[in-house]
Amino acid sequence: MNTTIAPEFRVKIDHEKCRRCKRCLQSCSFGTYTFQDKVVPDNSKCVACNRCVAMCPEDAITITENQNVYKDHPNWNLQIRKNVWKQAETGGVLLTGMGNNLPYPIVFDHLVVDACQVTNPSIDPLREPMELRTFLGRKPDKVEVEYKNGKMRLKEEMPRQIQIETPIIFAPMSFGALSLNAHKALAMAAKDAGTVYGTGEGGLHQDLYEYGPWTIVQCASGRFGVHSDYLNAGCAVEIKVGQGAKPGIGGHLPGEKIGAEISKTRMIPIGTDALSPAPHHDIYSIEDLRQLIYALKEATGYKPISVKIACVHNVAAIAAGVVRAGADIVYLDGFKGGTGAAPTQIRDHVGIPIELALAAVDDRLRQEGIRNQASVVAAGGIRSSADVVKAIALGADACAIGTAALLALGCSLCQKCYTGNCAWGICTQKPELTRRLDPEWGAMRLKNLLRGWSHEVKEFLGALGVNSVESLRGSRERLRGVGLDAQTLEILGVKPAGR
Amino acid sequence: MNHWWEKDMSGCGLSGIINTDGKRISGEVIRKSIALQHDRGNGQGGGFAAYGIYPKYKDYYALHIMYTEEPGKPTRDLAQARVETEAYLGGIVEVKMGEEIPVRLTDKINIHPLLNRYFVKVRPDKLAELGKDATEDDFIVKVVMHINDKINNAFVFSSGKNMGAFKGVGFPEDVADFYRLEEYEGYTWTAHNRFPTNTQGWWGGAHPFTLLDWSIVHNGEISSYGINKRYLEMFGYKMSLLTDTEVVTYVFDLLVRRQGLPIEVACKAAAASFWKDIDRMDEEEKKAMTALRMVYGSALLNGPFAILFGHGRGLIGMNDRIKLRPFVAATKGKTVYMASEESAIREICPDPEKVWNPRAGHPVVVELEKGVA
Repeated sequence: MNTTIAPEFRVKIDHEKCRRCKRCLQSCSFGTYTFQDKVVPDNSKCVACNRCVAMCPEDAITITENQNVYKDHPNWNLQIRKNVWKQAETGGVLLTGMGNNLPYPIVFDHLVVDACQVTNPSIDPLREPMELRTFLGRKPDKVEVEYKNGKMRLKEEMPRQIQIETPIIFAPMSFGALSLNAHKALAMAAKDAGTVYGTGEGGLHQDLYEYGPWTIVQCASGRFGVHSDYLNAGCAVEIKVGQGAKPGIGGHLPGEKIGAEISKTRMIPIGTDALSPAPHHDIYSIEDLRQLIYALKEATGYKPISVKIACVHNVAAIAAGVVRAGADIVYLDGFKGGTGAAPTQIRDHVGIPIELALAAVDDRLRQEGIRNQASVVAAGGIRSSADVVKAIALGADACAIGTAALLALGCSLCQKCYTGNCAWGICTQKPELTRRLDPEWGAMRLKNLLRGWSHEVKEFLGALGVNSVESLRGSRERLRGVGLDAQTLEILGVKPAGR
Repeated sequence: MNHWWEKDMSGCGLSGIINTDGKRISGEVIRKSIALQHDRGNGQGGGFAAYGIYPKYKDYYALHIMYTEEPGKPTRDLAQARVETEAYLGGIVEVKMGEEIPVRLTDKINIHPLLNRYFVKVRPDKLAELGKDATEDDFIVKVVMHINDKINNAFVFSSGKNMGAFKGVGFPEDVADFYRLEEYEGYTWTAHNRFPTNTQGWWGGAHPFTLLDWSIVHNGEISSYGINKRYLEMFGYKMSLLTDTEVVTYVFDLLVRRQGLPIEVACKAAAASFWKDIDRMDEEEKKAMTALRMVYGSALLNGPFAILFGHGRGLIGMNDRIKLRPFVAATKGKTVYMASEESAIREICPDPEKVWNPRAGHPVVVELEKGVA
């Protein structure tokens, strides 16, 4: 007996409809199906990724949750019991993929947005200009200009910035976690939409150097694929200190995923495990971070340096320190942020929500008078244009989306990224699977998503009676809380609805 | 940080006159112009700013102070507030002259705060305590902020040299009669008629709002108030008045007085050009405009407004980026007129040489001729 745990899902084949074309057998990368005169599913293998459902030409497959009942217990729900059984069977650490799936309260869903009535007119974004252009990077305290021949001229050059045409960027996800085709789709979409994507910690594949101006290259604790050309290929460099899904935890890309392309890109031998240490082994305090920031600035001719941190209890003080250490962008990753692989208990129980972290960081940077010295990017649970609007009103310069971008590429959130069997070709290195994702098709869908969200952000701005995103940024007066306690409202700097 | 602000909203009418040759005219003229726009207000606030009215004391800061109840603060004996304020002033500046502002009780306005004015100079010893780079203006700003923030029931409503604000609850023509404005002569006048929608009229909340010799009258709502306020707080400003107009004043104080931007450039930061226009500028100008928008994004005044912005050497009129509030300008000889409605100009200048609707986001900047006033 391999396991005592009942299958999570049930697969039903409508044999009246089924033409025995066996497409489901090809589609399923988890080995659910066999053919014995007819299609026979093995329920225990199914992860409900729905690839077979999408590919079945006869709509003959239905996947349902296993309705099998165990006696209910409020303190020991079935998921908890299954976790115990799994560990009793294997003695291992529970692994999972994507973001925190425990039902914590979602603060975004308790915030509502203002609109104009009578005393100030709302603005129609289809008739009037509505501006989303955003610059990420350090801003000086003031501008000095002079007039030459009647034309305004800058006295001093501005620090370098990342210019994006919508306040939404693609979150860093590594080549290794993602397939090359997924990376290509992100790069192409970022270029066409006038925004940026992040390489994550896996280096930059040679084919993607041409997308450099729309790329933030990352320097993480494993230093995979980091070399001078790489650092200079992007529009900015990001130092990854932590990740919202697993604060304080390193990374582990298993050797079987390290094929020729990843080996070349990461600069490690084929088949070796790629282990990212939990901390950077040259950063044991803030002064060390400062050295790395300035080393990277020197190496890149002072491109913006972003520092990505996971949202933990003292995030405000940490972010302030990061800004004082010289970071031009602080990337805040909340505890609902996704991952390719993380220990389940860490993912579900470490860190704090982005909404509260963002509010605390924006407040702290303002109190210290250094808010202009760095842009703030909010990530980790941004699900819609409404979340983007609320995050910007709380103080973010831009939002990063990872999970939403993967959903656009076909992901169904089955949370099996860590198995390397992604049936949609996104989070896998198996050639027979990665070829399922056409980069151009993926890029089109990513662009569609950004286009739709950007239009919606403009509608929000128009309703708010402002025609530029910087007039929403940090304008918490335009938010109200519904069903939030007084202390949470105070941290958010938001009044309750009705006030 | 204090997140629990309340905000005032209002619609309004405004009017302004400047004689660029420095010729001083009676307050009767501006009263006539703003009275024609009676229906743009609802009797909950009217006010005026006048420049050139105190030639005898032109080297002294003229502090106009009202002692009155304030929203959200306990009310006490107003005379006591005056005693406390005068004691504070006596200890920190040289008071050349102090008196009650002359008023006339009318049918329309017969209940009013205690209203005093003081002509003061900065004491060199006190200035030195503020630091070697501190200017007299910085010192006066500090005094104003102290009184408004720390002394209950005392409120400084103007603090410039050779200028003054006169404001209160009522229609502007009634406020003019109350303050006997026909007895003053100035080369620049602005006026305001207020239509608040959500707050009780309060004497301190009427326009103009002033700081040093800057005065602002404003028709509109600043939809970006939330972020403008938080931005200004970073620079130590305290929003005590609960109005949009206060934010406008401080934005210009920060950009022009403290950071030294030319007024036209400050206007370009506050009502920035659209990216579609910036993208068509030559490379150098594009760079400068882009820098302004990047650095002063949080100072961008967004939402509908028309503003008249007076100072010792001139008058500026400005509209929001898409002209959501009316604003007309006209010239005749050495005089420039600006108002919400053309009729308000023709009421006092029936045959202007040129009348135009200034373009959205393009300020009308008028300066006194060199050597006058």
